[in-house]
Amino acid sequence: MVRYLGGKLINIVFSLLILATATFFLMKAVPGDPFTQEKAIPPEIKAQIMAHYGFDKPLGEQYLNYMKKLFQFDLGISMKSSDRSVSSIIAQSFGTSAKVGAMAIVVSVIIGIYLGMMAALRHRKFIDNGAMFLAVIGISVPNFVIGSMIQYFLAVKFPIFHVAGLESPMDYVLPTIALSTLPIAFIARLTRSTMLEVLTSDYIRTAKAKGLTPRAILWQHGLRNGILPVVTYLGPMTANIITGSVVVEQIFGLPGLGAYFVESVTNRDYTLIMGITIFYAVILMAARFVTDVLYIFVDPRIKLSGGVVKS
Amino acid sequence: MKKKMLLMASLMLVLTGVLSACGKSGSGDDQTFRMNLTSEPPSLDVAQAQDQVSFTVLNGLFEGLTRMDDKGNIVPGVAEKWDISEDGKTYTFHLRDNAKWSNGQPVKAGDFEYSWKRTLDPKLNPPAPYAYQLYYIKNAQNYNIEQDNPDHISDPSQVGVKALDDKTLEVQLENPTPYFLNIAAFFTAYPVLKDTQFAEAKDYVGNGPFKMKSWKHGDSIELVPNENYWDKDAIKLTDVKFLMIKDPNTEFNMYKTGQLDWAGAPTGSIPPAQLDKYKADKSPELSIKGIASTYYYNFNNTKKPFDNAKVRRALSMAINRQDIVDKVTKAGQVPAYGFVSTGIHGVNGEFRDEVKDDYFKEDVTEAKKLLAEGLAEEGMTKMPAFSLSFNEGLHKTVAEAIANMWKENLGIDAKLELQEWKVFLKNRQSLNYDVARAGWGADYNDPMTFIDMFTSKGGNNDIGFKNADYDALVKEAYSTNDQQKRVDAMAKAEKILIGDNTALMPIYYYSSTQLIKPYVKNYVVDYSGNIDYTHITIEK
Repeated sequence: MVRYLGGKLINIVFSLLILATATFFLMKAVPGDPFTQEKAIPPEIKAQIMAHYGFDKPLGEQYLNYMKKLFQFDLGISMKSSDRSVSSIIAQSFGTSAKVGAMAIVVSVIIGIYLGMMAALRHRKFIDNGAMFLAVIGISVPNFVIGSMIQYFLAVKFPIFHVAGLESPMDYVLPTIALSTLPIAFIARLTRSTMLEVLTSDYIRTAKAKGLTPRAILWQHGLRNGILPVVTYLGPMTANIITGSVVVEQIFGLPGLGAYFVESVTNRDYTLIMGITIFYAVILMAARFVTDVLYIFVDPRIKLSGGVVKS
Repeated sequence: MKKKMLLMASLMLVLTGVLSACGKSGSGDDQTFRMNLTSEPPSLDVAQAQDQVSFTVLNGLFEGLTRMDDKGNIVPGVAEKWDISEDGKTYTFHLRDNAKWSNGQPVKAGDFEYSWKRTLDPKLNPPAPYAYQLYYIKNAQNYNIEQDNPDHISDPSQVGVKALDDKTLEVQLENPTPYFLNIAAFFTAYPVLKDTQFAEAKDYVGNGPFKMKSWKHGDSIELVPNENYWDKDAIKLTDVKFLMIKDPNTEFNMYKTGQLDWAGAPTGSIPPAQLDKYKADKSPELSIKGIASTYYYNFNNTKKPFDNAKVRRALSMAINRQDIVDKVTKAGQVPAYGFVSTGIHGVNGEFRDEVKDDYFKEDVTEAKKLLAEGLAEEGMTKMPAFSLSFNEGLHKTVAEAIANMWKENLGIDAKLELQEWKVFLKNRQSLNYDVARAGWGADYNDPMTFIDMFTSKGGNNDIGFKNADYDALVKEAYSTNDQQKRVDAMAKAEKILIGDNTALMPIYYYSSTQLIKPYVKNYVVDYSGNIDYTHITIEK
């Protein structure tokens, strides 16, 4: 098992290297630079600024310089906000995104699994149809529509919540709803379909024959198998949600990381583009890694095959 | 079952913190003013700032030698009076005794000298992008430009700014610059207290009416009155709150529900649909104002057939500007037939009142004739395919309308090309286009801020226009201190640019729209659309 996880870790490091390299050259290949703007600054001044950042050197040299710093965990200074380091920008905005995101993840997992289980237990009944109808809406209506709608109805029309901002804990409610509709719907559908399969399988029939209570069958035997696909989905979903959603952050005015994904590219803020891309990749790969580890605990079969690999 | 669902729903609410009270934002008798910046100011360092968002915040945190009043006139700031030499090239500013920094230290003439030389320092980390705003000062440019400059001056003491004593600042200029007192109010000319750190609120030291209380990056900035400000009794606000809301609909909703007191320009925007509604209702909260900026189309003067003045003129005459502002942009813009925008000073009043922009008239028949003539001169029988490029935003709708007018009136086809912002800028600056959307706003209140753009060597001359007479007229205007002579020369230059050559196609003079709560009084929106919130009072 150590070898299995160790292999995965080495894989992660290599993927990151490739990703950083590809991003660097792609980014430089895009026309424009951080200092092009509507009111052009005089070319002589621009040349001095470019030289200050080392952009007058050959691309290969720029790349090596960047990688050297990266290995010292130095992401550099933002080109747009020259007073701030990339790592402080990421740290500050990731805090907000992660807080709202964690809330949304907890809410989606609880509600999603619950809805899915109920739907599976009451297969083809009202609850099932109702839950799946909601799920279709949740999957097909984009979150900016949901976000704008709940903002309009719950903050403007009926001013229960603030329109935007994160001043009081109540301000988390609307963004959490907007962020969690899609994952709730997705998890509910996943849980339902797996549970339907699980509930008709042999070992459940055995459990029933043994005379276990329906509750014990469901929670002890059914769920553990039923949520496997959810665990798989949870990895990338977590990475996605905690790194911030561009749209939801815009609608609710959250100072999160999402906005920087787009802005850094528009601004050609090279160091910030690199920093955010690498950061996102690390989060995504870490989430996948944790998922892999979680599998071992949730699904006994994986542990077995792990043993086989070892021998 | 229903109960369980309810339970789940309430569980979610608990998770998201139901325990806190949810009051509407408190707005009693307090003197708080809240507006939206849309984005984080890239830098609040006087030397690095170069955009409207940063400027809006800096306006409360600093004060220059001069200030601008509500009519755009120059009034004393840190300097209580000044002398100007006979030749208009030496300015001596006398600073007021009671001007202080927010940490209580006196503002000295040396703080201005320090700040300006710091901005001009080629070794500044990073070099200041807006340093050229100080090039009016003697030797400033040659001190600032080090790379590939044989005339580089490495000795800062040769730069024409010097503190004669703590309260007297002497400034020597390259040329007589009648609008230098305007420049002295501009943010690049603010003083800096040595070793100030500009990145966080706690270290921030300014000399303006306000000081920084908090700066939550990407979220909000809060200003409170500076108790050391020399004119603190004139400041009534107890709190200025800037938010950074990117979505115009959210901004509008916050304005509507009372989370903002001001929405829209200069640093926010109003959703078009809402703007239409406020306009239809003739709401007193809606304010529309010219902002000394011109919206126009660049012709690539170096490319066939746009190197022909008749072709350019034909295109410019074949559109209906009134229709564009009434039906497309719909926010109080004014059709433009010249390049210098409305709101800019002339000799006694506004330049645009003294020098009419009647360089051409919209006339389809004449346009058709000119186009045929022009194409014949170019040895063409019909207009070749050409592209009209622009960036994201309202520009697309304007471009569609104009392409349509060209098609209907002249029977020519423009290919519309939407380009990503930086790609667009790069193409435009390297003359890689046929026709391209452009806009220019005033840096200072003088026609020169528009006119000197299209000299043969102008850094922002992105139309490939080269004209010796034009260059001579600009030089003439630069060399004199006589406003009448300057304005005459600049009017002649504009006639060459638009009247004789139609080197570019003016479309409209910009306006700005804002929604202001009725209880916000004594705000100033200046000639270029910048807001001065420092003297606002809240009268609920």
